[in-house]
Amino acid sequence: MDLSYTQEQQEFRKEVREFLAENLPSRISEKVRLGKRLVKSDTQEWSAMLNARGWLAANWPKQYGGAEWDAVQRQIFEEETCLAHAPRLVPFGLTMLAPVLLAFGTEEQRQRFLPRILSGADWWCQGYSEPGAGSDLAALKTTAVPDGDHYVVNGQKTWTTLGQHANWIFCLVRTSADVKKQSGISFLLIDMETPGVTVRPIVLIDGQAEVNEVFFDNVRVPVENLVGEQDKGWTYAKYLLTHERTSIAGVGFSDAALATLKHVAAHTMAGGSPLDRNPHFAARMAQVEIDLMAMRTTNLRVVSAAAKGQAPGAESSMLKIKGTILRQELTSLLRRAAGPDAMPYLPEFLEGGDNTDPFGPEHAPSAAPTYFNMRKLSIFGGANEIQRTIIAKAILEL
Amino acid sequence: MDFNLTEERAMLRDMLQRFLGERYDHDARRKLIASGAAYDTDILTELAKLGILGAMFSEDDGGFGGTGFDLLVVFEELGRAGTIEPVVGSAVLAGGLLAELGNASQKTLIDEVIGGATVLALAHGEPQSRYDLSHVHTTAQADGSQIVLNGTKTHVINGAQAETLVVSARENGTKDDELGISLFLVPFAFEGVTCIDHRNVDDTSGARIVFDNVRLAESDRLGKAGNAFAALETATARATLAVCAEAVGAMEAAKALTVQYLKERKQFGVPIGKFQALQHRMVDVLIEIEQARSAVVNLAGNLEAERNIRERHVSATKNLIGRVGALVAEESIQMHGGIGMTDEYALSHLVRRLTMIDHLFGDVDHHLERFITLSAA
Ligand SMILES: Cc1cc2nc3c(=O)[nH]c(=O)nc-3n(C[C@H](O)[C@H](O)[C@H](O)COP(=O)(O)OP(=O)(O)OC[C@H]3O[C@@H](n4cnc5c(N)ncnc54)[C@H](O)[C@@H]3O)c2cc1C
Repeated sequence: MDLSYTQEQQEFRKEVREFLAENLPSRISEKVRLGKRLVKSDTQEWSAMLNARGWLAANWPKQYGGAEWDAVQRQIFEEETCLAHAPRLVPFGLTMLAPVLLAFGTEEQRQRFLPRILSGADWWCQGYSEPGAGSDLAALKTTAVPDGDHYVVNGQKTWTTLGQHANWIFCLVRTSADVKKQSGISFLLIDMETPGVTVRPIVLIDGQAEVNEVFFDNVRVPVENLVGEQDKGWTYAKYLLTHERTSIAGVGFSDAALATLKHVAAHTMAGGSPLDRNPHFAARMAQVEIDLMAMRTTNLRVVSAAAKGQAPGAESSMLKIKGTILRQELTSLLRRAAGPDAMPYLPEFLEGGDNTDPFGPEHAPSAAPTYFNMRKLSIFGGANEIQRTIIAKAILEL
Repeated sequence: MDFNLTEERAMLRDMLQRFLGERYDHDARRKLIASGAAYDTDILTELAKLGILGAMFSEDDGGFGGTGFDLLVVFEELGRAGTIEPVVGSAVLAGGLLAELGNASQKTLIDEVIGGATVLALAHGEPQSRYDLSHVHTTAQADGSQIVLNGTKTHVINGAQAETLVVSARENGTKDDELGISLFLVPFAFEGVTCIDHRNVDDTSGARIVFDNVRLAESDRLGKAGNAFAALETATARATLAVCAEAVGAMEAAKALTVQYLKERKQFGVPIGKFQALQHRMVDVLIEIEQARSAVVNLAGNLEAERNIRERHVSATKNLIGRVGALVAEESIQMHGGIGMTDEYALSHLVRRLTMIDHLFGDVDHHLERFITLSAA
């Protein structure tokens, strides 16, 4: 074993760092640093910059405009971009749909959709969950009935993240009713501008409408928008979920949150001394850091072990559980660090208005909303309970 | 020992529970919040009529309670319903200080509080005070027969809704001394007082209030010059009990919603409450809420005890409530799945209040350290 980075990897890190220093607009990174809310154009602007450099699609093959990085490069890139407070890339097209199209789509579909993901022409969202189908995803009821060279889609999706920005949605739909429930599902790409699609926002606990309900009322979808074979969608859906889970580990996000936490704790006075001198708080911070040091290696071990360009199997569930616990613990500590200043709810500040916040230090207004928002990490991408069941079955064979 | 409520307190609880059940359901509460109002004035008036505000004061002060167990009973119900009306800041903190230190003419304000005719606020915390009660940098300086107040107060509970403020200021001693802190009664609409009102994450209201050369008379002082710390500590102990009891009410409500949901929500063809992984966690939540209730009973029963015993209970209870509050909040959301995170659903409101209670009067870490210090003394 050798834990040191190769010369090449060190140079890559330097290159990424320089790129960030030169390109990432501080107007955007300041928002990320302070936990403010990003608008659509922030994400688009940053994605376009990465695309111009050829760095937007880390895990795609070069032939489709990807960077084709290995696990270590991806981790380096994630660490550096997170520490520089770059916005999170919207994963739905880049790391969810694209791997599915690459593995199961037609060449025509790849040529049609992949360039538009890179260019930002399309913003994708994920239409898996329904009111009655969460953990039990295969219970989904949205139907797609063939009608000539179209499918007619009826039903409802929910919890659709950033659906308000999206113009395309990939959906799991039921195409056969009288079979085992996993067997009658298809993977369909739907243009959200088609008549009959309605998007309704859902306000969450942090006051933000980041998710939506999406309704389909006799929506006509051309058959060429079917991915793979009809009724085989469950296989593709699960393939996508393993990809989703690895990025959920979020080691880079934890690194950045830890750095912020340490800075805040060093500059917050509690009982006459800095908070990072408070033995209880310091112990909590140290505990998270120790876990995170190991987590970084766990992540690399698991991701490196997987075949090139492929996602790991049940081990990705482990990354998801441990990674999300750490990220949530960090938001909890940041909330505590803010003390009474965590109490005011200042939407104008969070929306990035230029009012100077009179209620305390700059990191305080987002502390509680972020803590609440990050409860989602252990719910989506397959709830942590479901991940434990996967590990119990697939790894422990219980 | 007797762990039953007296007949009067049981009646008070039942009456309050019935009233809030009818008038303060989740929809009514959401409408109120959407209206932008800091609280519902009709509800406050009715709480006064029901004697809820009177229950915060002793008979000597015109009330009919004022003990720890009165606070416990009332605040558990207020917490269960998720009320945002100004009770803890007005009646318990500011009202409690008036009761403790006020002279006869100053105490007439208590009658108005009990009657729901006025709201008071305690302006004590400051930008750098965090959870330290003796950190008072606001100054009160004699100028002839007048006293001049200068300083900034933060996170004043219902500060902008109050007609009269109880303001702490330093008359002598260095900046963090317990000795040298005085309290003054200042009308909200007084020259030199400016206020920024803000809503909190849990929909309660707070304010930042600046005192800029506010000129007061000797007669505006509550109690003796420089001697208010002990009263501030006692009032904070009472307010800590109040929010801890409120937390227990919120925990009970969160538990009820979660248990109900575990029975109703079906996935994989069965109610999710059939999954042992969730059953065991719900049981742990139940056990911890019982512990939280006991901690609150401990504090209520020791509220009149000598200082060291009382304050050890304050820190023990607040620490435990903070820990259990986080557990109940996080587990309730997790066991609900996505629905638990929505603003439309009552749980998220309970969770926000439960979480913010950790930020009032000292959080888990603050009180752990304080408990250790008090235990060593
Ligand atoms: C902020 C947010 C964003 C989201 N974004 C998207 C999106 O963009 N697209 C999309 O399709 N979906 C999205 N989701 C939906 C997410 O995938 C679901 O919330 C998740 O699958 C859980 O489903 P549910 O909410 O219906 O909870 P349920 O499945 O009803 O689960 C409730 C609780 O029961 C537990 N449980 C369920 N079954 C079992 C079992 N067998 N054993 C033990 N415990 C069990 C769960 O773990 C959970 O704790 C999002 C969710 C959130 C909160």
